Formats: sequence, C-alpha cells, structure tokens
Amino acid sequence: MRKALARQRLIACTLFAALAFNAPLLWLFDAAVAVFGVPLVFLFMFGIWAAVIAVLAWIVESGFR
Amino acid sequence: MLSSSVIVGASFAYLVVLFGVALYGDRRADAGRSLISNPWVYALSLAVYCTAWTYYGSVGRAATSGLGFLPVYLGPTLVMGVSWLVLLKMVRISKAYRITSIADFIASRYGKSRLLASMVTLVAVIGIVPYIALQLKAVSSEYGLLTGAHPGSSGDWYRDTALYMALVLAAFTMIFGTRHLDATERHEGMVAAIAFESIVKLIAFLAVGVVATYFIFDGWEDLFVRAAISPDLSSLLSLDVAGSKADWFALTVLSALAFLMLPRQFQIAVVENVDERHLKRATWLFPLYLLLINIFVLPIALGGMLRFPSDVIDPDSFVLTLPLAEGYSTLTLLAFIGGLSAATSMVIVETIALSTMVCNDLVMPLLLSSPRFRRWAPHDLTGLLLLIRRGAIVVILLLGYLYFRLAGQAYALVSIGLISFAAVVQFAPALLGGMYWRGATRNGAVAGLAAGFGVWLYTLLLPSFAKSGWLPMAFVESGVFGIELLMPEKLFGFGDVNATTHALFWSMFANIGAFVAVSLWRPPTAVEAGQASVFVDILKREPRGAARFWRGQAKIDDLLALLARFLGAERVRVNFSAYAHSQGVEQIEDLQADGDLVHFAETQLAGAIGSVSARVMIASVVQEETLGIEEVMNILDEASQVRAYSRELEEKSQALQAATEDLRAANERLQELDRVKDDFMSSVTHELRTPLTSIRAFSELLLDDPKIDLAERKRFLGIIVEETERLTRLVNQVLDLAKIESGHAQWHDTDVDLIDLIEHVATTAGQLVRNRQAELALVLPPAVTVLRVDRDRLIQVLTNLIGNAARFVPEHEGVVRVVLSESETGVRVDVCDNGPGIPQDAQGEIFEKFRQASGSGGKPTGTGLGLPISREIIEHFGGTLWVTSEPGHGAVFSFELPQKLAVSASEMGEPT
Repeated sequence: MRKALARQRLIACTLFAALAFNAPLLWLFDAAVAVFGVPLVFLFMFGIWAAVIAVLAWIVESGFR
Repeated sequence: MLSSSVIVGASFAYLVVLFGVALYGDRRADAGRSLISNPWVYALSLAVYCTAWTYYGSVGRAATSGLGFLPVYLGPTLVMGVSWLVLLKMVRISKAYRITSIADFIASRYGKSRLLASMVTLVAVIGIVPYIALQLKAVSSEYGLLTGAHPGSSGDWYRDTALYMALVLAAFTMIFGTRHLDATERHEGMVAAIAFESIVKLIAFLAVGVVATYFIFDGWEDLFVRAAISPDLSSLLSLDVAGSKADWFALTVLSALAFLMLPRQFQIAVVENVDERHLKRATWLFPLYLLLINIFVLPIALGGMLRFPSDVIDPDSFVLTLPLAEGYSTLTLLAFIGGLSAATSMVIVETIALSTMVCNDLVMPLLLSSPRFRRWAPHDLTGLLLLIRRGAIVVILLLGYLYFRLAGQAYALVSIGLISFAAVVQFAPALLGGMYWRGATRNGAVAGLAAGFGVWLYTLLLPSFAKSGWLPMAFVESGVFGIELLMPEKLFGFGDVNATTHALFWSMFANIGAFVAVSLWRPPTAVEAGQASVFVDILKREPRGAARFWRGQAKIDDLLALLARFLGAERVRVNFSAYAHSQGVEQIEDLQADGDLVHFAETQLAGAIGSVSARVMIASVVQEETLGIEEVMNILDEASQVRAYSRELEEKSQALQAATEDLRAANERLQELDRVKDDFMSSVTHELRTPLTSIRAFSELLLDDPKIDLAERKRFLGIIVEETERLTRLVNQVLDLAKIESGHAQWHDTDVDLIDLIEHVATTAGQLVRNRQAELALVLPPAVTVLRVDRDRLIQVLTNLIGNAARFVPEHEGVVRVVLSESETGVRVDVCDNGPGIPQDAQGEIFEKFRQASGSGGKPTGTGLGLPISREIIEHFGGTLWVTSEPGHGAVFSFELPQKLAVSASEMGEPT
C-alpha cells in the first residue's frame, strides 16, 4: 500500500517539475525583476529545482519501506 | 601561465590516484567487501553524465544563451524522479537475463535478433566516437591554453598530449574493464574510480564558482547587478536568449531520453548496479548533484564576460582563464584536474560500454556464424574473447583520437554533444516501447531505428559536415538537387526551431512512425511474443521466466563443455554447483537437463558473449523444438491465470495475517486483565480471612467454655466487635474502590473552601492523633481559592492521610502537621509526620492495593486500600497525590488540586 502511494507521489512530483521547468510556467517568471540582485527567473528555476529534490528525497526516504 | 611540467605532473599524479582507487575497488570486490555496494557511490557514478562538455561547455553555452544550458540537466532530473518506474524495470530485466549492453537489451527484447544488435552497435559507435574525440579535444586544448602551446590538431603527432591521454585511458580501460570475463560483466574498480572522479569534478567546479563569485567579484548581487547594467550581458539574465519555448522543451526531452539511452549511462545505471534499492537514494541524490554542478555556471560565465574584453577568450575556457587571470594558480590547476576527471570518466565508461557492444554484438556473432572460424577456433575461447575486447578498446580510443586530429576545430566536433544525444535517442522507441508494449516486433524496431537514424544523418550529421567544410554547403542552403522542401535543416518547410529540435522532431517522427506501423503490420512471432512477455511482465512475479518457452532435449555435459570454452572450466563448475545447490541437488551430474537448466546456461553465456551469440551457441549443442505462436500464447495465458490466482491468494493471506495479529493482541489483553483480577481476588480473600479467623477463634472459645469469667469474656467480645468493624471497613473500601475504578461512583461536587474543610477534619480525625498522645498542627493561609469538588470524598482522603500519619508517629512526641498552600498551578495540601519515614524503594509500592508499611506497632494496622482509593479520588479531580520521604525523617504525603477546579467569580454569587 505504502509503496503504491510513494510511486504515485513520485509521478505527481515529476509531472509538476516537468510543468514548472517549461513554458508557460517558467516564462511567467521571466521578468526584469531582481530579488537581492538575483534575477527572478534564476531564483525560480533553482528554487523549484531544489524544492523538487527535497520532495523526492522525502518521498523515497520515508515512503518506501 | 602554468608550466607544462607542473600540469603534466599533476595530471599524471591524478591518474595514478585514479588507478589506485580502481585497484582498491577491485581488491575489495575480490575480498567480498564491495566498495561500491552503496547508494551514495551509485548516485555519484551516475554523474558520469557530466562530461567535459558539461564542465567547460556549460559555461560557454551560458555565455551566449543565458539559462539555455539548463534543459540538458533538467531532463535527467525528471527521469530520475520516475526512475523507480523506468530504470528499475531495465535493471530487473538486465539482472535476470544477464544483459550487458544497450544493444544486447534491445536485441534480446526482439527475439535475440542479430541484425538489431549490430544496428544498435553501429549507431552507437557512429554517434559516440566523435563524442569521445570531443573529450580528448577539451583536455588537449585546455592544456594548450594553460601552457601556451598550440592545441593538438597541428604539430607533430608524437608531441600531442591527446594521444598520450588516449593511450593512458586505453590502458586503464583494458586493465579495469577487461580484467576477467565475468558472467555479470561488472567492473567494481572502474565504478569506484568513476565515483571518485565525480567528486573531484564537483569540488573543482564548485571551488572555481565560489572563488569567481565571492573573491574575484563581490557575491551574487555584485555579479548580477553589474551584468544587468552592461548592455551586452543584460539579455543573459532573461530567457530571451535561451532559445524559443519549443527548443527549450525539445532539449529537455532530448536530454531526458539520452540520459537513459547513452551507452555509458546504461553501463553505469543498469549493468553496474549492485542492488536495485540503490535507485531509491539516487532518485534525489543525482538531481542534487546536477543542481550543485550547475549553480555556478551562470556566475562564472558572467564573471568571465565582465572580466575579459569581448571575443578575446573563448567562454568555454572561463573555468580556467578566470582564476588564472586573477593569479589563483593552484585553483587553476585544480580546475584543470576537474576537467580532466570529467573527460576521463566519460571516455573510460563509454569505451567499456562500446567495446562490450562491439565484441558481443558485432564481432562474436560474425565469428561464431562463420564455418571457417568453427573449424580453426581454439578450444578455450576466453583468451580470444578478452583479446577482442581489448582490441575494441584500443580501436575505439584511436578512432576517437583520429577523429579529433582530423576534425580539429571543425563545427562537426564542437557541436557533437547534442548531435550525439540525438543519435542515441533513436534507441528510445525500440527500447522503451519494447518494455511496455507487447505488440512491438523485431521488424518494427529495425524499421524505426533505420528510419530514425537515416533522418538524423540527413538533418544533423551531414549538415554539420557541410558546416565544417567537408561537404558542399549548397545542399544545406538550398536542399538536395535544389529542392527547397528537402533542405536538411528546414525539412518540408519546418524552420521555426533550431537544428537540434528540428532533427529531433523529424527523426522521432520517422522512428516512432515506422516502429509502430511496421509492428502493427504483422502479429509478433512466437519468439517475439515470448520475449515480449518476459520484458513487459518483469515486475510481476514470474516463477520460471523465459525457461517456460523452451522445449527440447539437452545433455548437461554438452552445456558444460560449451560454457567452459567461453567462461573457463573452473568458473563454470563453480556457477553450476551453486545452481545445483539452489535446486536442491548435490552433484552437477544429477541435474536435470530441462528448460530451466538450458535457460540458466544461456544467461551465463549471455553475460560473457551477449544474448545473440549465446542463443546461437546454445542452439548448436541442444536439440530444440520450435514453439508455435499458439503454444506460446497458451503458456502466457496459463501464466497470467496463475498470476491472478497467486495475487488473490496473497491478498487473502495478508488479510488473514492482519486478523490473526488483532486476535493475538486482544487475547493478550484479556489474559492480562484476567491476571489482574485474579491477583486482586486473592489479595481480597486473604485480607478477609485474617479478621474472620480471629472472630471465629474467639467465638469458638466463648462457645466451648461457658464458664469463662466476665472480664475475659468482655475482652473477647471487644476483639470480635473490633474485627467485625475492620471487616466491614474492608468490604466497604473494596466496594468503594471498585466503584471508582469502574467509573460508577457518585460524585457530589459542591463549592469547597479547603480551610473550612481542614478545620472540620482536624476536629473529627484529631481524635486519632490525640489517642496516641501526639500533636496535630495546622498551618493555614488566610484564604484560598474555592474549588468545586466532592466534599465528602476530600474528607475521606484527608482523614485517611491524617490517620496514616497518626499510626506512624512515635507515641508522646509525635507531631502531625497539615500545611495548606496555593500556587499558580493549584491548591496543595501537605500532611507531614515525624515517623520512621518510608524507604525509597517502598514509596511506589504503598500506592498499590493491599500494600502497606508496618506501623509503629510492628504489625500492619490498615486495610491497604486507603492510599489507592485516595489516589483514585485525587486523580479523578485531575490532581496528583504523591509522597516524599527520607527514612528517619518522617514522610510527607501531598496532593495538589488544579486551579481549573476553581469556582469562577460569577458562580460565586449564586447560591449553591
């Protein structure tokens, strides 16, 4: 049961990442705005990437037995 | 500038360390203590994905297209997210059938087709050898840049660093890639070295990134702000230069598929996988590696562009030139070693993977099918096999070197990274389709691969040759024979995207189209259907796998002799003994030469010479019946029924197991309750018997002897009355306790002022104290909060505590003090005596039923239920009752009632 749930979570997380890493979502953040000097799109890109990695880590390290 | 001797020395030292690591890895593997059987090493070794093209090229791409270099790493991140679905299946299949290369995998799926195996091998060699050349070029030209020498494409060949590098790598690959023929074809030392190299290149790149960002410049903000105000660089901070949305998407797809299809990735991720559970950690660890190695790419690119005037220095070399120009020579050396490690790891693994393919899927099938070879071949073929492998390694590396010498700075070499990706992606439909679609056939796979490869050749490779000046540009600019629709980079007028996207689209269109159409043209043959079910259903439990599809007769001696020719007699005996033991048979000779055994022999052989050759060789020593499609289908149906039954059974047995667990727990609880009840009953009856015995004894005395004198008679009757009272008290308390514990007790809560209550108890219970000539002292504050509690119950508790204290104080000089106090948490009452105190270990026990400390008279005088009842009462109100005592210094029984019992001000006014 838990394994099947973890598998679904992995798929959902990957689908979200695939959407976030592509048009149109990514292009929405392509604005001439800088946060602490860092361009917004750069921050979004690496932020989402890191978040996806964190969620993946959480799923596989806790979800499977 | 760094002196060439320093660089050569450091590089040489690095390679020596690499040999050391690999040697250590192999030693540990031989000793049975695998160094690489560890998810961290597995994830790190996957980073062979990051080649010199990543190490130097990403910065170069970032310098022209901003974040446009990123999709190459986002694709693999996405694939790793679902690795538990895709890669796991590939690993399982390869483990079960000893598949050792991607060509073997595809050929095996489509009925061990020799044609398909050689096609895949050829496409891989054509696509990958230039990529190896690119790695050699990267190291050689960066070396030239640092020493000021000219890159290797000019000058005498024997002074060329790239040649020596190729030779050293060939030696490494031969030593650790073909050390022995192994049926699993795993190379632990090599993997250990690759994981080590992954750490080196990551550290080196991060070091350059940190120094460039924080030491050469003033942090992220400084870099980005400076870039934003520079007219040349501001566009790099947005997605405008990163290509169109379609290109971005196509690059993500391309890299995702290439990550699965590149021979080196297949080698590391599938063939060298020790334990499929390692995939789990790699799921997030490898994407994390990619994130880390990419985070400083843009800062280094911006730093280089800001530091150097435009177009003076190739952005590809910023990783080296930026620290060099700022005088960080040690860092420059480290950066060079990092680039070297990126290049060598790629070359080593790719060469092993390609040489395995060339040997098993190209040369061996050719040799084994030739009648002349059969006549002249030596009996023991192990030496020949190793020789072919080693020869293939040298040839591949020299081909790579040769291409590098010939191509030089040509466009065809510089742009090979993505061209190479697009070539291997042609395997994707046949491989992935074959893993999930039963209907895929060999002809479909051949057609798809041929069509896709053809389109790739026409739309990507030939134009790159033309741009290098090796072919006339005319056919690129105006199409073959001047037909505009056939322009290789604008096929049929599709020209809104870049050349890679264009080629990816058309080649996949042709590949998938042909694959599906031809597969659907005819139903699969019996062999194809059998292999399809083996591949597609690998994740389901399958008792016999591929052995089910074998009918025929075999002799065990023939099989042994055949395998010994390729694997060596010693190894074969060891493997067969292990197999015999797993079948419950003592001797190899007692084994039944059935389908399972033939299948076992075939997979052993497949590990060494590939599944195509193994099939041919096994078929040559056994007599086989060819199964018809009907029979195969029957076997498959049967199997799926068995599977359904077994799944049902398993579900039921799981449900049963859960029910059993529940029952067992309930039973244990019941037994526990029963035990508690028994204990209680035996204690109660024991306590009842004592007074009953004395009542009975004295009554009998009175009955038997009527002449007893009056004083004596009175004394006896007094004892009888006293004991009866004790009996009554005991019965009452047992009932009381039972009521409280079961929750059936009646509680009459009223507003109680504890000062009042204590004074009341002092008058009634004071008599108990005074009976022992002791003193009862009250220490009361002027006022305390009024609590809503059961007054009679509290009187019961207090009387009990004072009574207990009175029993234990010494006669004549005893003092019992009752102290009332109030704090934030509640109202507290302490009953202190100056008796003998209670030893530490008895302090918990006295609250248990029927346990009591000896009174000052030496004999227990209470019922043993007073304190348990008191504690139940206090706990009912949410308070606590406890004892503190030091032996010899008296005991203090305290209870505290929580503030939440306080009567609120509004209720105070109301009459109660």
